[in-house]
Parts: sequence; C-alpha cells; structure tokens
Amino acid sequence: MLRNLSKTSIFSFYNPQRVRNIRERIIAIILFGCGIFSILVTIGIIVSLFSEAIGFFLRPEVNLFTFLTGTNWNPLASQISPENFGVRPLIRGTLMIAVISGSIALPLGLGSAIFLSEYASDRLRSILKPLLELLAGIPTVVYGYFALSFVTPLLKRVLEDQLGIHVSFFNAFSAAVVVGIMIIPNVASISEDAMRAVPRSLREGAYALGATKFEVSTKVVVPAALSGIVSAFIIGISRAIGETMAVTIAAGATPRMTLNPLDGVQTMTAFIVQVSFGDAPAGSINGQSIFAVGATLFMMTFVMNIISASILKRFREVYE
Amino acid sequence: MLRKNIVSLLLVLVISSLILAACSGSNATPAPSEPESNQSEPTEAPVSEPASSSEFVTLEGDVIADGSSTVFPVTTAVAEEFALVAPNVRVSVGLSGTGGGFKVFCVGETDISDASRPIKDEEIEVCQSNGIEYVEFLVALDGLTVMVNPENDWLTEISAEQLAALLGASSTITKWSDLDPTYPEEDILFFIPDPDSGTRDYMKEIVEEVSGDEDLRQDENTTFSSDDNVLLDGIANEKYAFGFFGYAYYINNKDKVKAVPVVNSDGNAVLPSDETVQNGTYNPLSRPLFIYVNQNSLETKPQVVEFVRFFFGPDGGQAIMSDVGYSMPPTGTYEANLELLAGSIQ
Amino acid sequence: MIAEKKISTETNQYKENISRRNRTEKIFNVILLISVLFGLLMLTVLIIDIAVEGYAWVRPELFENYHSRKPENAGMKSAIAGSIIVIFMTGLFSFPVGVGAAIYLEEYAPKNRLTDFINLNINNLAGVPSIVYGMLGLVVFGRMFGLFSIDSWFVKLFNIPIESGATGGWKFFLFDIPWLEIHLPFGRSMVAGALTMSLLILPVVIIASREAIRAVPPSIREGGYALGTTKWHVISTLVLPIAIPGILTGMILSLSRAIGETAPLIIMGAFTYVPFLPKTVWDQFTVIPIQIYNWITLPQTEYRVHLAGAGILVLLFILFLMNGIAIYLRKKFEIKW
Repeated sequence: MLRNLSKTSIFSFYNPQRVRNIRERIIAIILFGCGIFSILVTIGIIVSLFSEAIGFFLRPEVNLFTFLTGTNWNPLASQISPENFGVRPLIRGTLMIAVISGSIALPLGLGSAIFLSEYASDRLRSILKPLLELLAGIPTVVYGYFALSFVTPLLKRVLEDQLGIHVSFFNAFSAAVVVGIMIIPNVASISEDAMRAVPRSLREGAYALGATKFEVSTKVVVPAALSGIVSAFIIGISRAIGETMAVTIAAGATPRMTLNPLDGVQTMTAFIVQVSFGDAPAGSINGQSIFAVGATLFMMTFVMNIISASILKRFREVYE
Repeated sequence: MLRKNIVSLLLVLVISSLILAACSGSNATPAPSEPESNQSEPTEAPVSEPASSSEFVTLEGDVIADGSSTVFPVTTAVAEEFALVAPNVRVSVGLSGTGGGFKVFCVGETDISDASRPIKDEEIEVCQSNGIEYVEFLVALDGLTVMVNPENDWLTEISAEQLAALLGASSTITKWSDLDPTYPEEDILFFIPDPDSGTRDYMKEIVEEVSGDEDLRQDENTTFSSDDNVLLDGIANEKYAFGFFGYAYYINNKDKVKAVPVVNSDGNAVLPSDETVQNGTYNPLSRPLFIYVNQNSLETKPQVVEFVRFFFGPDGGQAIMSDVGYSMPPTGTYEANLELLAGSIQ
Repeated sequence: MIAEKKISTETNQYKENISRRNRTEKIFNVILLISVLFGLLMLTVLIIDIAVEGYAWVRPELFENYHSRKPENAGMKSAIAGSIIVIFMTGLFSFPVGVGAAIYLEEYAPKNRLTDFINLNINNLAGVPSIVYGMLGLVVFGRMFGLFSIDSWFVKLFNIPIESGATGGWKFFLFDIPWLEIHLPFGRSMVAGALTMSLLILPVVIIASREAIRAVPPSIREGGYALGTTKWHVISTLVLPIAIPGILTGMILSLSRAIGETAPLIIMGAFTYVPFLPKTVWDQFTVIPIQIYNWITLPQTEYRVHLAGAGILVLLFILFLMNGIAIYLRKKFEIKW
C-alpha cells in the first residue's frame, strides 16, 4: 500500500525509500561522530599535556635543547639547572623495555597464534585461547611484583651464581620479561583472529599443491593476515611503551644512560608515576616536569606510528 | 597423535611450573615465599559490636580525606573506630600522596588532607588564592629507623654526623671500613626511599643541617624504592646493607632486620620505640605527621567536626596508634588540638 | 619452446626436498608448541605462586568486610562492588563508540588524508601511558574544566545552584525522574572512573574491531548490495554478525586490562579506603587493584603476602567469569564458512 502512496507527491514523506535514506544519513553521521571522537581524545591529551609542558619549558631554569639532548636526569637535585633535566636516560629506559619485551612477545605471540589457528583442534583452541587471554587481565601491579619475587631471583641464580655477571636488584630485563608476558595475549589473540579469517580456499589451494603445514602457515596464511598481525604488533608494543605500574615496581627509579639490561633504569612512565604519587607540590618544577616527559613520550610514539604506517602501506594485500 | 603429544606436554608444563614455583618459594626472597609469621593461617575474626547507644547514630554525611600514604593508616584506623559510633557517616580516604593531597585540598575538593610534611609555601599560596582556610593538627610521630642486616654485629650505634657522612651526595664512603677502620672492608649496599618520598625528604633535611649536603647519594650501590617493603627485603637479604625507613615497617619485621640506636642530642644512643619517640628522646629522626582540615567543612559539616573531635579523643588516635606502628605526639598535643578545634568552629 | 624439466618422484633432489621440508615441519611444530606453552607456563607459575600464599585467606570475611587495620578483619567488599560496577559501565560506554568508530573507518570513510590521520591518531592513542588517561579523565570528566565550580562564568551566567565542598557540584534529576539523578561535574564518582577507563581502552577496541570488520570478505558485502539493500542494512545484517567474534576478542582483552589498572583511577580520584557500599553511581569508590596495591605496601606479612594474594585470586576469578561470558558469546555468534 505504501508503494502506491509513494507515487503521489503529497505522501512523499512516507516514502519508505526516503525514510530509509534519512535513516542512512543519520546513522552515517553518528558513525562519523564516533570516528571523530578519537581526534577529540587526542586533542584533549595534547592540550592537557602540552599546556603544562610549555609552562615547564618557559621556566628560566629549564632549557629545551638540554632537555632533549642532555643525559643527566636529576630533577630533585637541590640546584635546579638545565643540566639536571636531560630526558635521554628516560627515553633509553623506555626503549630498552620496549625492545626487549617486544622481542619476547612478538615471536611467542605469533607462534602461539599460528599454533592456535592452524594446528590446534577446535576444542584445544577453545581452552587455550581463553587461558592466554587471562594473562592480559592480571593486574599490572602483580606483574611488577612477580618480576621482583620470581624473575629477578631466577636471573640472579642463573647469571650471578653460575656466570658471575652482576644483576641489580631492580633491572630492566626482569621488567621487560614480565611486560613481554603481559602483551603476549594481545599479539596472539588478535593475530589469531586475523589468521582465522583467511578464507579456507587459500589454504586448500596450497595443500593441493603439496605444501606442508609449515609452508602453508608461513607462506600463505601469515602474508594474507599480515595487516591484522601488524596491527596486533602495534597494539602490543604500544602497550609495552605505555606500561606504568609494572615497570615502576620492577625496573627501578634510577635514570641511567646504559645499554646493559641488567642495570636498573627508569622509564618515562615510571617517572610520571613516581612524581604523581609522591610528595612534590603540584605547581613546582617537579610537578610540571611530568607533563614535559609525557609530551615527549607522545611525540615519540607519534613519530614511530607514522613510520610504521608508511611501511605498512606497501605490504598490505587484499584477498578475496 | 598431536593430541597425545599435547597432553604429555601439558603434564610436563604443570610439573615444571610446580617445581619452578617451589624453587622460587624456598629461596625466601621478597614477598610470596613461605609464610614466616605465625599468622599464616587466618585466625577467626573477632566481631566488634557497635556502640549500642551513641549520640552519633543519626549523624550522617560524607567525610573526604586524601593525601599521604604514611598518614593513611592512622586516618583509616580512626575512621574504622569512628564507624562504630557513627555508622551512617561515610569516611573515604584517598592515597594521592602528600603533594597530590594538597592539590585537591586547596581547590576545596577534600575536607581533610593527610600530610607527612608541613604545607609548603607554594601550596599555601594556592590555598589562599582559592579562598581555602584550614587548621593544622599534629597527629602522630613516625620514628624513622636506621636498619642493618641482622648479621651486622659491628654497627652498634650511629650519630647524626655519621648519617650525614654516609648518606650525603658528596659522600666518599663506599666501604664499611671507610666509616670506621674497625668495620669490615666490604662495600656498603644502601637501600633508601626514592626521590619524592616524604621519608627521604626528612632525612635530606637532617643531612643538610649537619653537613650542608643538599642531597642524598646516588650511585651504583644505592637502591631506591618507593615501596618500603622492598627496601626491607633488600636489607634483610644483604649482609652489608644499610638503610632507613618508617618505624611501622621495622616493628612488623623485627626478626628480619636490626635497628641501630641513634645518638640523640643528649649524647645517648636510643632505639626507636613508642615511648622514646613520644617523649622526644629519640631524635632527630622523629618525623611529625599532620592533618589539615578545611575550615569551611568545619563550619558547615557537623560530621567533619565530630570526626576530628573523635580523632583526638580517647577512642580515636590514642587507641589505635600502636596498632598502626606510629607513636603518639608529645603529651598534651591532642588536648591542644581539641582546643584548637573548639576555637575554629566558633 | 621452453625445455621441460623432468621432475619425477624418484629423483634424489625431490627426495631431499621432501625430507627437508618434512624436517622443517617437525621442528616448526615443536617451536610453536613451545611458544604457546611458554605463555601458559608463566600463567601457571604466577597463579600457583599467588595461590599458595593467598588461598587460605579467601574466606567469607574477604567478601563481607571492608579494609581494617586488623588483618583478620580485613576484606574487600567495597572494592569488589566498585570494580564490577566500573567495568560494567566501561563496557557500556566503550562498546558503542569503539565499534561505531571501527565501522565508520572501514565502511564509510573515504580514502583521504583525514582518514589516514584518524588511523594514525588511534594507533598513537594506544601507546599513551595509562596514567595520562587518568589525568585527562580528571580534567574532562572529574572537573569538567572547572565549568561547574562556584565561581565559574558558566555558573554565574545560568545561575546554577551549586553545592560547595568535597561532594559538591550541580545535582539534578533528568526530566525530574527520581532515579535519573545526574551530578555535574562527575567528580570522583564511578561514572567518571568508567569514562576514564573507556578512553583508555577505546583505541584497542577500535583497532581490534577494525581488523574483524576488515576480515569479512568483500564478496559478502557485494552480495548484499547486489540484492539492493542499503549500506547500513548490509553492515548490520551481513558484516557485523561475521565480525562479532573478533570484536568480542577486542572487548575481552580491553576489559581485562581495564579491570587490572590502578594508576589512572587513583589519579582520576578513586579512593583507597571506602568502608561502605556505593548507593548510586555517583558515589566515591575503590577498585580491587587499588586495594591489592595498598595491601602489598603495608608492612605486615598478613597484608602484603596473604591478603594481597587472596585479593588477586578473587580478581582473577572475576576476570575468568567475565572472559567466560564473552567467550561463550563469541562462540555462539561464530560463523564459519
């Protein structure tokens, strides 16, 4: 009945086609709003970080150049001078943890993902995948203490007692190990979803040509699911860089320009935690320095993401 | 075939993890090891009866406190007791740190600010510019304890000068023998609270007074931590360790570390205890702990007034102080606080 | 003509090839198993480590009492309530916005610079430390930029009745319905906490959902369009059902992370000692990780080893339950082709 009515112009408002169109537009606008929301969040972060950070850099005791290039981070020294505000030790701490935890989590996560998607039976997968995801939910505080109470003693027993290599009580390696364990589920679960979505026809074509399971997994499925796998990597590493409590507890509070993961270091996030929960008055130079450090971290991840995005563009494949 | 492999491998996994867990446990290093105290099995919880007839039963409202983690145990213990006489008053306590506590206090968001140091000038300015008036109360004393490993039998007392010599940033002492030639020739391993902790700040001031050093040492043999439990474990496990932190951590772990008597202003070496801290003979390491109460809250919120009054009454701070490991301030302080309170609400 | 190479199954080269590939296959099997087992090994060790210390202390007092200075009386009632409510609301807030953004980016967004920028943005947000989200949440949700403080221009302009003090702000009832109470600003309430957590997990939800939606083959969509349905109809009836399992994976991982976070909530204003159950979502609160962290730093062994362990076990159990529900949903909606 509506169809007949739609032919008359007076009743064109009740035209189902038109209603559908309006609904489509509204939905599109709502979804666009959701998409733009993330930009609002970024703007919020930039405003709250950079406004205080700029206040920090405007202080006469601080110099932007020495901040970025200096290798001595000692903001609580009684003499407040630019030499005490070089951020590079913190950056090195963050990068060390990120690299070591990444090199633990990425292979193990990808391996687990391949196992779960290609080799495991459905029942096994339905048990193992939730168990792995449980690793993601353990409070970060617990991981920190796990590093101190289990990983560091183990490390000491193996390295110090057997090989005589000195292991500090707080060291970057223990923290990186637990952070790596923490992000394995992120890498594994999302990669695994991506690999399962690869159409079966692709695999079967390869099997038909006589490929072994290993070859199918590595030469057919992984490349096909690559964008998902890389996204999983990005999520994992991002979380490792932004991790706060575990590294605060386990890596220590000593900013240090070192390449030795067995030394204690302080990451940028650990410094922010230390000052936020500490004693410093809010408007003091110490209180403001955390915003400068936060802003630096933000810019660092931004640059890394730009680089990885451009690399990604070349490798993306679309399969039907 | 794969399934059988998996089952056997899972068995290997469970067994190996049990072995690993047992190994780490038996090495009695920090936190999850065998329970050392007698209380490894939970005792039955004694039920506390709320006061049946209390004038505050009908009192209701919120009391918001925030601030230092050192004062936290005191405020929460008093709140716990207060809940027995005023069950409808909701007291919430936060842990933002002394600085963070003042930050929210000076914009009027909290009624009470817990502080392990007096309010600083820049914070006073912020309070004034926001029109916040407050009252300062001394609530407790924390006897900072100097600690060494139980096997350390050579250090029998320590003076403020020696502390400054050991802990100052310009210190050249690395071995025990540098402090005193009769001590062993081993490196001293320092375990001290990290920058930004009130405990460390207090020690810094003492060091500064004595030797003019404006900062504490930072070198390879020094381990920082914000968690006093970690420092405790470090000292308990290293024979040549040396450190200092709050009395509460010492008193609960007397079997794991050894406290060193400090030579006070009279020249006597005194060990920290409830009495010596309160009567002032344990000095200079007795740290005062404060609460700051918003004047406006005192004037508009009866539940805040009653809470503060309860705090300084016989059932408040006095009753719980030894439970939480701090010492009462000098006799008469609480009475003076009550007078101060009465004067503020007029 | 290209000369044909004769490779029969009997040549040595062929046999070598096959045996090499088989060997690689077997080695790879073992490596994969080890990688899966490593994660599980760590999980088992962690849980056993904790369970040994905390198991005896998981008893009714843990669930019935609030924190006390006497370990025998201590419990985490308010923390459990706070965690459950906050996580529930976090899921409520982050699911629509996250999935909506993912749908927009995959289906509607034109391939231009703005879209690339949004992508970059989201990836970047995933790496921001959790504590920064706490600061952001405090300013945006907790204090709302100071718009509702007593002396702000906004309040003066519209003559809004503001209560002063710690639990102050503008309290009113939406449309005058008694249980639709709204407080502005959100202050140190569970609403603000849930919103802060939603911001934290939003990037991961978006990225995971995008991957799930991207994995749906174009042929499915094209079939829908070929039948003449509208874009949204295709998405809601064809694409989303196939993508739901992947979306749920993202939600599971994200909510699992959210339930274990301490720093952002403390910064945003969660308390540590809350000896009462919340009456409304606008009340002060605490969450399980904050309670655990507090216990770990206390000097008595009963707190830092036993009660903390018990608390962690409770948290893991809640996590397990949460994940279990989501996994059940994931399996239920899984479509295989």
